[in-house]
Amino acid sequence: MGAYLTRRFLLMALTLFGMSVLIFVMLRLVPGNVADILVDSAGIADPKEKAKIARELGIDRPIFDQYIHWIGGLAQGDLGFAYVSERPAIEEIAPRIPISAKLAGLALFFSVILGVPLGVISAVRQNTGFDYFLRVLSLSGLSLPSFWLGLLILMASVQWFGMIPIYTNEPRSMIDELLLLSIPAAAVGFRSSALIMRLTRSSMLEVMRQDYIRTARSKGASQTSVNYDHALRNALLPVVTIIGIEAAFLVGGLIVTETVFNIPGVARFLVEAILWRDYPIVQNLVMLIAFVVIVVNFLVDMAYMALDPRIKYAD
Amino acid sequence: MRTRLAFVAGSLAAFVAVSAPAFAQKQGGTLRISHRDNPPSASIHEEATISVVQPFMAVFNNLVVFDPKEKVNSPDKIVPDLAESWSWNPDQTKLTFKLRSGVKWHDGKPFSAKDVKCTWDALIGKADEKSDLIRKNPRKVWYSNLKDVKVGSDTEVTFELGRPQPSFLSMLAAGYSPVYACHANGRDMRSKPIGTGPFKVVEFKRNEAIKLVRNPDYWKKGRPYLDAIDWKIVPNRSTRMLGFVAGEFDMTFDSDVTFPMLADVKAQKADAVCEARPSNVNTNLLVNRDAPPFDNPELRRALSLSLDRKAFNDILFQGHALNGASMLPPPAGVWGMSKEMLESMPGFSPNRDKNLAEARAIMEKLGYTKDKPLKIKVSTRNIAIYRDPAVILIDQLKQIHIEGELEPIDTTVWYTKIQGKKYSIGLNLTGLGVDDPDTNFYENFHSTSDRNYTAYKNPEVDKLIEQQSAELDREKRKKLVWGVEQKLIEDGARPVINQNAANTCWTPQLKGVLLQHNSIYNGWRFEDIWLDR
Repeated sequence: MGAYLTRRFLLMALTLFGMSVLIFVMLRLVPGNVADILVDSAGIADPKEKAKIARELGIDRPIFDQYIHWIGGLAQGDLGFAYVSERPAIEEIAPRIPISAKLAGLALFFSVILGVPLGVISAVRQNTGFDYFLRVLSLSGLSLPSFWLGLLILMASVQWFGMIPIYTNEPRSMIDELLLLSIPAAAVGFRSSALIMRLTRSSMLEVMRQDYIRTARSKGASQTSVNYDHALRNALLPVVTIIGIEAAFLVGGLIVTETVFNIPGVARFLVEAILWRDYPIVQNLVMLIAFVVIVVNFLVDMAYMALDPRIKYAD
Repeated sequence: MRTRLAFVAGSLAAFVAVSAPAFAQKQGGTLRISHRDNPPSASIHEEATISVVQPFMAVFNNLVVFDPKEKVNSPDKIVPDLAESWSWNPDQTKLTFKLRSGVKWHDGKPFSAKDVKCTWDALIGKADEKSDLIRKNPRKVWYSNLKDVKVGSDTEVTFELGRPQPSFLSMLAAGYSPVYACHANGRDMRSKPIGTGPFKVVEFKRNEAIKLVRNPDYWKKGRPYLDAIDWKIVPNRSTRMLGFVAGEFDMTFDSDVTFPMLADVKAQKADAVCEARPSNVNTNLLVNRDAPPFDNPELRRALSLSLDRKAFNDILFQGHALNGASMLPPPAGVWGMSKEMLESMPGFSPNRDKNLAEARAIMEKLGYTKDKPLKIKVSTRNIAIYRDPAVILIDQLKQIHIEGELEPIDTTVWYTKIQGKKYSIGLNLTGLGVDDPDTNFYENFHSTSDRNYTAYKNPEVDKLIEQQSAELDREKRKKLVWGVEQKLIEDGARPVINQNAANTCWTPQLKGVLLQHNSIYNGWRFEDIWLDR
């Protein structure tokens, strides 16, 4: 196990290095740099002014120098300066991470808390009216775009309650924050829960046709015990995989929700930074997202072992 | 005794009646406004967008300013700001300002004539090499006639011009012309600027908010009324509108409410005060006249004749836009042509069938038919307000055998593409900071301008532009301006489709709002606005 973990950590470091090169090069392949955009945004295209800004920001230096400068700084915890705001990148990024993390966490919580039990019920009550209802519900969750659902929620709030649950002021307490984030989290979570529900249902149905389930029943195990102790635990493996993928997606993929509910999180900020070619912000944020994805992946693999003792990662 | 009592009572009543409006304004409160996007910076001199001017004009003062109590900005309606008075020398080449004393910057340092010199030295490229007050200068053409700024004393400064230029004072009165502090540095001015204005910047949090608070040391006693202004950056327009309807915001961003949206807003918030006004932003065509096929003047003429301006207006503005050339027409505009004069210009005749027949005849003479159309790309910024008119244009061009294909360009590379001449026809929006021919003609049509995107070059027009710029007699200048307009129309230099209009809404508790009708970039000092709640 020890050697496996060492190998795994080395692989994670290598993946992060690959990501750093990839994002660094890809950003510079996109037409236009921040100097072009800063000058263009003022409605002018003066090459002298562009060159001056490029010099000031150091983007006129050889690409290799720029990479070494960035990665060297990153290794020492220095994320550099944001080009547009001219402030340390860490000051721009750090306050946004907890907001997105809380939103993603809540959304994931909603999706799991709804998706898994409803998927089990749907499988256990296969082809009943309730099963059909849940299947339609999950289909609608998958097919309703989250921006549309978000807007619908906002419109309904204004129409019925005369208020709008958007993020305009920093919440005063944890409960305020929880309430404020729970609506967008539910809007995002609805889609994820639909996915998890469908997967749980099909996985459960497959497992419930296995011989050992029949054996458990013939041995007199209760229906609840069969469903939850025997079937669900084995059906959860693919579900855990999809939960991991969803968790990774939620870290940086909340752009639409953050825009509609006006949440100042990481995803909206990242898109804005890409539009401005604010390299230090984009590079560091993408690295952060990559890091989270890699860690989540690792945790999912570890979870397999906990769920199925037959799985062992050999040294 | 009775007479004396009656006199006292009468005097008191008269006093109360006269002073009632002054007492009516309430001090305090936070004004909450939605902002449409993330301002590129807070430095007004370095940017060319309402996204910067509207929130940050309240941080600064100008030397002079367009009278905030007047809806139409005109050279006759300029009032003192940091300058107490001004005077011209006899040959109108030296403009001397007497400045207020005792004015302080937000950091407590005193304001003086040196700050005025620093600001305009930076704008005309005469700043000290170490100065980094500004790093880009989109309006340098405004000050191309400014030769020097001389400090007479702490309270006196003189602008020396190369030749008489009656528009000069108007340019100084624009929202785009604040005075910067000499001791400030560019980075601070872009992120947390200091000014002498009624509000101080507390925080400019990108993608989130701009917070301004009342400047307790503001030189104008009793102003501003508001304690604070809270701008929330809400990029999604639907969310902004719902926020306004729900009472989360007291005011919408300027011109944010389109005509189709207005009905919705009024239906959901019946007491909203909404004002439709021309924005002095026009939709126009950029024509690449240096490359085939539009290097042919006949083809450019056909293009101008094909435009059905009424259709654009009906579809996009429900008929509220104005028909005009590049200067905003009266009564909102000061310098535009009258309706009759405009309708005598090529392409502006209300007889659409005649225009279309002439345009088709030109195209057929050039060898283009329905079966053998001219294929072009119509380039535009990939933003709805640009794309929508471009789609209508493509439809209209079909009628004169031009088959257009929409080419949406990422907004970040739009100007680079246009200046690189990598387009045939571009659909563009142009906003004027000041309703004055100098800002418009020099910026957009003079051969020496950085912002003359089409590189339109006509020595005769250059000469006419300079001539009108130096003309002191307003009526004579107007005639020269109309001459330039006529020439631009005949040359097909950036044919104007519509002079756009839009709505701004606010809650009825917000008092003292007076929107300026011939430039969206002026009148955002917020010092006379108050909240009745």
